[in-house]
This record gives sequence, structure tokens and C-alpha cells, in this order.
Amino acid sequence: MSVRVFVPGDSAALSVGADEVAERLAAEARARKLDLTIVRNGSRGLYWLEPLIEVQVDGARIAYGPVAVEDVASLFDANFVAGGAHKLRQGPTDEIPYLKKQQRLTFARCGITDPLSLDDYRAHGGYRGLTRALELAPDAIVKEVIDSGLRGRGGAGFPTGIKWRTVLATPADRKYIVCNADEGDSGTFSDRMIMEGDPFVLIEGMTIAGLAVGATEGYIYIRSEYPHAFRQMNRAIELAHRAGLLGSNLMGSGKAFELHTRLGAGAYICGEETSLLESLEGKRGQVRFKPPLPAIEGLFGKPTVINNVISLASVPIILDRGAEHYRDFGMGRSRGTLPIQLAGNIKQGGLVELAFGITLRQLIDEFGGGTASGRPFRAVQVGGPLGAYFPEKLLDTPLDYEAFAALKGMLGHGGVVVFDDSVDLALQARFAMEFCAIESCGKCTPCRIGSTRGVEVIDRIVAGTEIGKNLTVLDDLCETMIDGSLCALGGLTPFPVLSAVKHFPEDFDRSSPRAGRRSAA
Amino acid sequence: MPNYAVWDDKAASSLIDEHRAKPGALLPILHALQERFGYVDGGIVPTLAKALNLSRAEVHGVISFYHDFRDSPPGRHVVRLCRAEACQSMGNEQLITHAKQRLGVDFHETTHDGRFTLEAVYCLGNCACAPALTIDDKVYGRVDAARLDQLLDQAGKRP
Repeated sequence: MSVRVFVPGDSAALSVGADEVAERLAAEARARKLDLTIVRNGSRGLYWLEPLIEVQVDGARIAYGPVAVEDVASLFDANFVAGGAHKLRQGPTDEIPYLKKQQRLTFARCGITDPLSLDDYRAHGGYRGLTRALELAPDAIVKEVIDSGLRGRGGAGFPTGIKWRTVLATPADRKYIVCNADEGDSGTFSDRMIMEGDPFVLIEGMTIAGLAVGATEGYIYIRSEYPHAFRQMNRAIELAHRAGLLGSNLMGSGKAFELHTRLGAGAYICGEETSLLESLEGKRGQVRFKPPLPAIEGLFGKPTVINNVISLASVPIILDRGAEHYRDFGMGRSRGTLPIQLAGNIKQGGLVELAFGITLRQLIDEFGGGTASGRPFRAVQVGGPLGAYFPEKLLDTPLDYEAFAALKGMLGHGGVVVFDDSVDLALQARFAMEFCAIESCGKCTPCRIGSTRGVEVIDRIVAGTEIGKNLTVLDDLCETMIDGSLCALGGLTPFPVLSAVKHFPEDFDRSSPRAGRRSAA
Repeated sequence: MPNYAVWDDKAASSLIDEHRAKPGALLPILHALQERFGYVDGGIVPTLAKALNLSRAEVHGVISFYHDFRDSPPGRHVVRLCRAEACQSMGNEQLITHAKQRLGVDFHETTHDGRFTLEAVYCLGNCACAPALTIDDKVYGRVDAARLDQLLDQAGKRP
């Protein structure tokens, strides 16, 4: 019988040599006359172990990683196809503590199944959510999503079901479902993982959204930095079409839903929903005034549900298991699970899906295992380039939308980037302003001009010029940007800046020995 | 990604025709043009405007808004280094300095021999394997200066 070996086709795994490992495995198996079936699965999200290969032995999967091409021959010598001992052997994958301690709902299948096998998808609970949705009236589907407590996982945390209810209640000849797959925040990759590792769950979620609000057409807007995810989604859509899971007669129900993909073009601002809609319409990605909300006048002026990949990918399990099952996870008003992305200077970076409520400290220590460099921890930025920098003393903050907001930070899309003590927070603050200047759509003045002035002010501080006065100017500038910007780019860029000044004042006092450590390190 | 066709107005027009019926067709058309030719020639703007019933200013405005679209051909290989926070935390500054020195160019520039174009990118979604970069369509993670040299040597040998 053929032995099944799993080698991730996830682009992060590819970035550290998964394709080369797969090729060598196949060649070595041929040379040794072994019957090997290589499955290109998604990633389990244990990125420090990538390329992580798994072999199926007596119903269990045994993991080996990180595997380099040079290790392949010795793996065969150690009889890894039967789970043999080897220095890279990590034991049964499901027993790896990093994975075992997680609560995987949205990522239940990612890394386990063949991403492009509908049989695999169905065998692991796929399309049960849609089957149930097809039996429900639209308002009953919407009610289920509202009751689940699901909030937008893109960053803003707006209740997904409420958005859907508005679209359902707005009469129109045509409505749209738009998936925001413009995952531009540094430190985040969960959208990419789902699109590459379990694309059907996104298709199913969008189809359910279509049934819920009466939309028959959907678009997935994927950033151009994710060519691999783009190709994978296109293949999955094609397969779903052929199987009657998209198109004019969903599962024989007579109901219709069509799905298209579109590629972004390297503009961070297009992750902002109205700018994304402009871009989908073929225009400059400039932010729109709100109101009208996209739920009333969205894509091509029609009522539009626009949700993040993870929000939509969480819908099938909510419909399948019921709102209560999902809502039972979490804390306060943050219900369900959050796929956290642990990244940056961290020993064990990867995807950690957990109920809301875990603290940053638990995350960094218990999952991350400390810094990658081995140097002391100094700062963590949560929520992407618009998220606050927190020092060690705030590490007991639980991951919860409200807890972060209370500290003038945000959870955002769940990206956690760790820095060791070589970081210079004045330079990080400068980068936040510089990034805003590069990526501003230019529509409103506080963002367009404020960010450039911000870089200049921080440059003066770093140069040691009238530091006190310039800090006052910086504070004032940030206030203007927060109050006067049209969208979150200009409105939230001050968060990393102000948090850096507040929690790491020694880095802004350029006469202190602490300042400028990064260049000295 | 490499081996682009030489710009040809006729071929460009037929690509425009192929995509023009799509809703919001301008971005898909620009991507198709750039995929074929490596850039979007400014001379095609009036044709695009006419095909999509837009003004030339609108078309130019879109092309110039997005970082991806070029108005001149790139080098044979495009190297994009991530400049975002997760890669910063893993010392991407040294890697960027090294790349600029080795290639003798700054961001958005092409080497004299036309072999490499250097670009900055803000996140490749490879943040748990930082620092990251791409050469043409391929992503690389956990890259240090030695590995970068090796990758550039390999790419340099390809046509």
C-alpha cells in the first residue's frame, strides 16, 4: 500500500524549501522503489518547524521537521515512512503541545486535508454549514451569525451579523458579497494560510453569506503579494463550480452564487473597506466618505457585505455547530476564537487559534518560547502597523477587543510581532509615520500631510533637537491625525507612535545610553 | 515572471479587448499588460481610456496610484525585500544594506547590466519566517546575507 506523506504547499513552507524537499522525497522514493503518495497540504502553522513533513502511520500522523533537502536520505535510512526514530522526529503531530493546546475552529482542517480535495473537505465536516443554511430562511441564517457573537476579524471588530442584517434589509436588484483578502498588516498571515490551506471554507462561508442576504455574486480581493493564494483560490473556485457548489444551482437547490477573484496592486490602503471597493471598481484606491455604509451603497453602488477572510471562513462552523457552540468560547464581548499570528523575533512563530482571553505573556512565553535571538524581550506590537507597542509590564493584558482599546491599542487582525532589546522605539515610531506617508491614499490632509510632518518631527527628536518641544508638536500632530483623518490609516498611525513615546520614553531622550540601541547592537 | 514580451500595441489592444467586459476592468487589464510586457507603456493610455470610456487622466491616475504598476521595463529579475515590522525585528536593515551594496542600486532602481531591479515590499505574509524577500515570483524566508548572495548568484545565472 502506498504511504501518504504530507509536505506543505503553503507559501511560507515553500519559502524555506518545501518544494525542494518534496522533489527529493519523490526522487529518493523512486530510487528505493517505495510507493509514496505526496500530498501538498496547507501548513499546520508551526512555522519554526517548516518544512514540516508528516507521514501517516496506522491512522496517526507523525511529524518531522524542519526538514532540509540534505535530511531526506537519512529520513529514509531511519525508516521514517513507518514513523522511525530520527533527530527531526517531533512525534505525533496532534500531540505537539503548541498544537494540542489550541482551540481550532476556523483552522480545524488547515494543514490536515489536501486543500484542493473536495472529498477531503467533506470528510472533515465541510459543506455541512451550507447544507444547513440551504434549509434556513435568510433571516434565520443572519440570526445565527448575530447570536454567535462573531465580530469582524479584519481589525475593526464590528459585529458581522449586524452588517449582514443591514444588507438583508436593504432592497436592491443586485447585492454583493466581497471578501477582503488584502491582508497587509505586518505580522499577519492567517488569511493567506486559509486561502492556501483550506480554500473551500472561504468559498462555503461566502456562499452562506450570499444566501443570508440575497446576494448572488461575490468577489475575493486578494493582495498581489499573495500570488500563490490567488492561484489556489482560482483552482478551488473552478473545482467547486464543477461540483455544483458554486453556480446557478447550489447543491441542486435552485439557488445561485457566483464567485470571482481580483488581484490588488500593492496598495496597503486597499485593505480599508471603501478603498477596496473603489479598487474593485477599477479606480484609484481612495477612501470613501461614510455614510453611506457599504451595506447600503457598496460595490457598484449596491448593498454589499464586505468581510475579512477569517470572518467569512468562521461562518461555516457557526452554521454547522450552531451559534451557541461558537459563542461559548471567548470572554466579555469578544466571542469565539481568534487566530493569532505570532511573528517577528520569536523562537516558535506560527498560528495560534485560541478563545479570546489568553494573555500576551502566556502567548509569548508558553507558545513562542521567547525571542529568536535569545536576547531579552523588549516590546511587542499587536495589530499590525497601526497597532500599539507594549512593554513588558503590559504583557498580562488579555487578548480581548475591549482590553486592548482601554490601553489605546487594538487587536486588529491578530498579528503579534515581538522585538528583542536591540529595538529602537524612536525609529519604530518614525517608521509608522513613514509607512503612513507611503501608503496614504491622499484624500484627507491629516493623513497625507500629517504623516510626512510626523517623520520630520521624529527626525528632529532623533537628532536631539529641542526634544521636549518637538515631543509636544508630535503629540499635537497625533491628536490632529486621530480626530481629523477620514479612515483608520491616518486615524490609527498615532497609536504606535504615541505608545512608543509613552512606554519607551528613554528611546526618545537621545542623550540616554538606551537610545539608538539598534544601530549599536 | 521573467522573459517578458517586447511591448507591442497590437498585442496590448487584444489583451484590453479580452478583459474590457469585466466589471471594474481597469485593474485586471493593467495586470494582464504587466504580466505580458513587464510594464505598462504610457502610450497605451489613450487606447485604454477609449476602451473603458474613461478620461486619460483617470487611467493615468489609476496606473500611478498603485505601487505595482511600472511605466518602464524592469530588470530581468525583480528582487523585493520586505521592509515591514516583523522583518525589522529580525534584522532586515542589515539585509537591505547588504542587498543595496551588492547590487549597487537603491530601491526602485535597476542594475547597469539590466539583471536586477530592487524593490521594497511591505509584508509578504511570511512574518514567522522573517526576514523575507521575493525574487520574481518566489518567496524566501529566514534569509541572511550569505543566503541572499547565494540566491542572487543562482538567479543571475538564469536567463
